[in-house]
Amino acid sequence: MSAVVKIDNLSKVYRLGKIGSQTFSSDLKRTWARIFRREDPVIKYAEKNIRKEKGDSEYICALKDINLEINEGDVLGIVGKNGAGKSTLLKILSRITSPTTGSAKIRGRIASLLEVGTGFHPELTGRENIYLNGAILGMKKSEIEAKFDKIVDFSGIERYIETPVKRYSSGMHLRLAFAVAAHLEPEILLIDEVLAVGDYSFQQKCLGKMKDVSKQGRTVLFVSHNLGSIRALCDMVVLLEDGMIKYHDTAQNTIEYYRNSFIRDIGIKSFKIEDNLDAYVKDIKVTDLKGNILTIIPLHEPYRVVVQVNLNQEIKKCILGIGFSTLENIALRTIWSKPADLERGEYEFTFTEENIFYTGKYQLHLGLSMIDGKIPIQFIKHAITLEFEEFVDSQIAIDSKSGLIINQGEIQIHKL
Amino acid sequence: MKNTNLEFWDTIITPHRGWFEFRLKELWQFKDLLWIIIKRDVVTQYKQTLLGPLWLFIQPILTTVVFTVIFGNIAKLSTDGLPKPLFYLAGIVAWNYFSTCLTSTSISLSGNAALFGKVYFPRMIMPLGTVISSLVRFFIQVLLLILMIIYYSNFTGTLNLNVHFTHVLLFPILILIMGIQGLGYGLILSACTVKYRDLRYLISFGVRLLMYASPVIFPISIVPEKYLPYILANPMTAVIETFRFISLGQGNYNFNTLGYSIFMTFVIFFIGLLLFNRVEKNFIDSV
Repeated sequence: MSAVVKIDNLSKVYRLGKIGSQTFSSDLKRTWARIFRREDPVIKYAEKNIRKEKGDSEYICALKDINLEINEGDVLGIVGKNGAGKSTLLKILSRITSPTTGSAKIRGRIASLLEVGTGFHPELTGRENIYLNGAILGMKKSEIEAKFDKIVDFSGIERYIETPVKRYSSGMHLRLAFAVAAHLEPEILLIDEVLAVGDYSFQQKCLGKMKDVSKQGRTVLFVSHNLGSIRALCDMVVLLEDGMIKYHDTAQNTIEYYRNSFIRDIGIKSFKIEDNLDAYVKDIKVTDLKGNILTIIPLHEPYRVVVQVNLNQEIKKCILGIGFSTLENIALRTIWSKPADLERGEYEFTFTEENIFYTGKYQLHLGLSMIDGKIPIQFIKHAITLEFEEFVDSQIAIDSKSGLIINQGEIQIHKL
Repeated sequence: MKNTNLEFWDTIITPHRGWFEFRLKELWQFKDLLWIIIKRDVVTQYKQTLLGPLWLFIQPILTTVVFTVIFGNIAKLSTDGLPKPLFYLAGIVAWNYFSTCLTSTSISLSGNAALFGKVYFPRMIMPLGTVISSLVRFFIQVLLLILMIIYYSNFTGTLNLNVHFTHVLLFPILILIMGIQGLGYGLILSACTVKYRDLRYLISFGVRLLMYASPVIFPISIVPEKYLPYILANPMTAVIETFRFISLGQGNYNFNTLGYSIFMTFVIFFIGLLLFNRVEKNFIDSV
């Protein structure tokens, strides 16, 4: 296996604030450093790319010291939070912008599916635009001619091929654009799902195309927030965080690591006092039936979620709701207490579950409300993380693929 | 395991590109795109317009009429003994090509930012395409000039045509000078407008001023001695005079001024090429 992409110490520095009017003095400083072959002063001062923190430096590192080798035929996924540098990396690889330091070497033609419809000219006909778009994406004229019928066929708009593109519906526009991109046949394909436009079916089409491409032994770089499609399509996954490679392993391991990074608290958590609210959640804990705090809930064992609530005043028809979601914030279910008229004081809400279990990790969200849930009082997102054991024992493996497990559920057996 | 000996890479992405690294091979690989862009420019320019390519005639004719009235009849500037409309038309046709090249290539980076932000191809394709596609317009206007010449020499007798065939051979050289010089200025400006937006407003204004510093509305023969060096310093001066000389048989044509013009054209073009090459790789970060 030979490397088709080799990235060495790649960094990219952006200047915050008034981009575009770079000051003459900082330009001068950098030129000075370059002449005397010193370290670039800008990159030295550039801070880590952390969105939330306010830094003193006006430079940020969108990418910092990236080293990566991608072999022929690899399908590499890139995950990370917004602003982690995923798109910057693709932009550098597709040569839209250049790195500040380091280098990237590429063997073969590189193309990206996010460029769908780039350079379409509204006044030109579909036919003319196929040529224009194909050439912009790097195809030779002879290549386009050879594939022309296939492209038209794939797009399914033969009837309108001599019509100016401005008369097309947006769907037709997209179909034609995608047909051109799909016939590009690059050695390396870059896909940024974050930027991918189009409806669901179009996105599915993109994913389908990607699968085909990877089956043909081409190399694919896939950026996505959808861990499901990453897991389904990629062999290896890179986790980018603050512009650096945080983790690089098989899809399974990296995704596991990435998901774990979302975990806030396990077992017990206290919340701050809210005197301005009618009521507030004081703390939440996950325990067994004896009241011991559990960090990992054993599978097939009952568990409790105990929520302490402080009422600053009397509340009519008070309800506590508990929401369950995956770490990716996909809602699973919601349960709530029966409405109760409560006086001022401290209360403990206990939720016990005996025969429904999960595997893996989940987020709990809490909601306090009154008058049958009509008036919300407090909502706490990601109140606590529940972690369930993945394996019962070494014989029967139950992992997160099992989903919701209803133990001893109502499956009856009849002999026929 | 590194097998450095066998490493062969199609593309190497590095932060700094050398000043003199023009990647001509890459440009050549995209020659099909260049051709398609040229075709696109020509085809789309007059689609869905009322008069279509007729505008190519209307614009120089109207300008010629206005110049004839104002500079010829009111200001009574000399036209070297040539019929006034012919004198102005020749200047306008040549100037138009040059100024089109200059202004339209000067926005080749900022004007194509949406496209350049999504896909890579040699950025030079765009200005190069503009310069070549503008030739079509130029040739059509030259046709107008030829028709006018035929009219004036055959029907009015006011034009005494003594053009040598050998002089016509200068024509392609003039086209090259105008195109390359316009492109050179345009490249310099497009590199500058990326960083400093306000320059863009200066361009159309500057081109108009430059026209008055070129012998479009006056012949070089009436320029007073003390201003002559300044007028001749403009590399377009010799081009316009020579253009008039080969088309109308009248004009200040000599090898010295034309040679200077050619030399300056290459200097301007080279500076433009350097700046453009410098700016293109990262400009997308600053638009």
